Amino acid sequence: MSDQRLPGIGQDGGGRNLQPLRLHVPEPQFRPGDVADYSDFDIPAADAAPRPDETAHPGSMQQLAYGLVRVLDDEGAAVGAWDPHLPAEALLKMLRAMALTRAFDTRMFRAQRQGKTSFYMKSTGEEAVSIAAATALARDDMCFPSYRQQGILIARGWSIVDMMNQIYSNKGDRLKGRQLPVMFSARDAGFFSISGNLTTQYPQAVGWAMASAARGDTRIAATWCGEGSTAEGDFHSACTFASVYRAPVIMNIVNNQWAISSFSGFAGAEATTFAARALGYGIAGLRVDGNDALAVYAATRWAADRARANAGPTLIEHFTYRTEGHSTSDDPSAYRSADEGSHWPLGDPIARLMQHCIRLGIWDEERQAAMDKELAEQVRDAAREAEKNGILGHGLHHPMETMFEDVFEDMPWHLREQQQQMLDEAKAAGL
Amino acid sequence: MKLDSDIQQMTMIQAINSALDVMMDRDPDVVVMGEDVGYFGGVFRATAGLQEKYGKNRVFDTPITEIGIIGVSIGMGAYGLRPVPEIQFADYIYPALDQLVSEAARLRYRSAGEFTSPMTVRSPFGGGIFGGQTHSQSPEGIFTHVSGIKTVIPSTPYDAKGLLISAIEDNDPVIFFEPKRIYNGPFDGHYDRPAKGWAGHPGAMVPTGHYRVPLGQARIVRPGEALTILCYGTMEHVVESTVADMGVDAEIIDLRTLVPLDIEAIERSVKKTGRCLIVHEATRTSGFGAELSALVQERCFYHLEAPVERVTGFDTPYPHSLEWAYFPGPVRIAKAIDKIMKD
Repeated sequence: MSDQRLPGIGQDGGGRNLQPLRLHVPEPQFRPGDVADYSDFDIPAADAAPRPDETAHPGSMQQLAYGLVRVLDDEGAAVGAWDPHLPAEALLKMLRAMALTRAFDTRMFRAQRQGKTSFYMKSTGEEAVSIAAATALARDDMCFPSYRQQGILIARGWSIVDMMNQIYSNKGDRLKGRQLPVMFSARDAGFFSISGNLTTQYPQAVGWAMASAARGDTRIAATWCGEGSTAEGDFHSACTFASVYRAPVIMNIVNNQWAISSFSGFAGAEATTFAARALGYGIAGLRVDGNDALAVYAATRWAADRARANAGPTLIEHFTYRTEGHSTSDDPSAYRSADEGSHWPLGDPIARLMQHCIRLGIWDEERQAAMDKELAEQVRDAAREAEKNGILGHGLHHPMETMFEDVFEDMPWHLREQQQQMLDEAKAAGL
Repeated sequence: MKLDSDIQQMTMIQAINSALDVMMDRDPDVVVMGEDVGYFGGVFRATAGLQEKYGKNRVFDTPITEIGIIGVSIGMGAYGLRPVPEIQFADYIYPALDQLVSEAARLRYRSAGEFTSPMTVRSPFGGGIFGGQTHSQSPEGIFTHVSGIKTVIPSTPYDAKGLLISAIEDNDPVIFFEPKRIYNGPFDGHYDRPAKGWAGHPGAMVPTGHYRVPLGQARIVRPGEALTILCYGTMEHVVESTVADMGVDAEIIDLRTLVPLDIEAIERSVKKTGRCLIVHEATRTSGFGAELSALVQERCFYHLEAPVERVTGFDTPYPHSLEWAYFPGPVRIAKAIDKIMKD
């Protein structure tokens, strides 16, 4: 009974002599203990990618979906067709926002380790992806981020005390302590409420863009997800909708090589690029050096102009590296080589932009060091300010009864009853 | 048949179409989208004529992806529109569950009111049409379990239009389940008798203009003293017919809105009658009837003279050939009433 194969069919039945099938399960290049060696890593030259007209047909852009849009070369010079020729002021502003994001991450990671909050997620190594993109968008374009684009808020000049209040879930938290740290929401900054459920923001961004188009507005939407999240069904639905209705949306994939412990091969990276997914949908696809702020800026600007010209959506893969652990709950040394980050061939986005600015003669290492010190003090002062509103678990949170607000616009009877029950129970317990 | 300049006899489909028409006319933010809803006017004709009247920017066909339909509607809502997406059958709402449960339902709460999801998801639901497993389901219990979503189910053309207008005007996400068995006429559960149309039914007299049936308010279908029967959708008509045939003085309550529930109407009735029967098509275990039964038990315990009974679909997938053995029809309802009255 154990052998349920039909007579004549099987390994040795039916007269066939075929190799047994094999299941391919991807495996990353390096595991803990391995020496990361990227010597065979093929980095296209910074001026290699052509820059088509913003209204180019997606089918004519295959090379860009498989290549790599780069502007900064190894010496920090801006080269090639994608050089956005930004003025010095804009370059230094981006550099500062990136450095501030890193200082913010450092401070908040430490705050979690000090027990001031439950959770944090750094964006180290990915600062260009959010900041250069946000710089290339208009202030009133709507961003639908994932949880690793805190740089958008910083690039848009949002209060870092406000961000810290959210992280501390304190009485100054506009989200009333309801959300996990880093799940920001800032409507006034064009920053959509972050959800823990991956890629749900993708079709939402497309819908926002469709609404803008249907209304004859001029604003566009942009959204971000990680390469791991492209495996979600929402990604496919969003691309289909974006293509069908030519929605004015920029869909960013931050390919930082890792989805927690799973390398990008588990999202399909062994077979193709993520930018190339655009081709099947008839969407313009760009693959960009995500650690090159000027390339990210130029690609985003190109995609924004394309969207505003009613030429449709763009999918941008930002090729980068998640330098730190996935979150404060993660230890990457358990699944990847410890020296991957330091050997990463596309370098560090802040160091590369700094090198460029120094080369232009508008910056130097002394000013960088002074700025880093100033920013560290700025986030320290902001953290002290935010901590006056409380830290997690120290009682300075929103009143208990607010837990029941905003479930609906008006509180229905069953929530009123439960609210009262909670207050009665707390009172009886002497709380 | 036009009877009056302001009131017309309508089927439930016509009433739903009229509600959409009225709301699209009144509010430029209202947009209608879904599979086959545009040019074709919907597989049940609920959106017939709307695209021609309001244009493709406001009424449009979508790709076949429920994730996309609901996800895009949330984004449109965040922009400031008031989307009315259609899911062709409630049985096909599951791909969109993450968008509904994790996103639409939570958006106001998690953003502390910065963003809201003022959409109304219309979807035909329920059995009695030989729809088999994937054209008959009643998944309301899945949504009543989700905080942040309102669930509405009409049982007459008048209520369908008034409730749908209220749902569209409501700033919270609403699941609006339309009992497709009664789209074209009430159904008393006697599947072997000729189908009836809405003609002559008092609930089919529908104002042509704007009116609301408020969410969260039940309708007393029939006042009575002997027992309380809680029901909604198609089952309202099956219950009404069965009660008439038995000559029992039951108080029939059509809940109309499951969340938020009209607890006062329920409590008042059961405290008066001392007996309660709950009837729904959905499967029994963890169905909405369980919540109703628990609420009645908690709030009316000392008034109860018999255990609360439930007549529901069985805990099986919805069968095709054995539909009438599965459907909670007049025989099963009558038996339950007899049992409650003997206790």
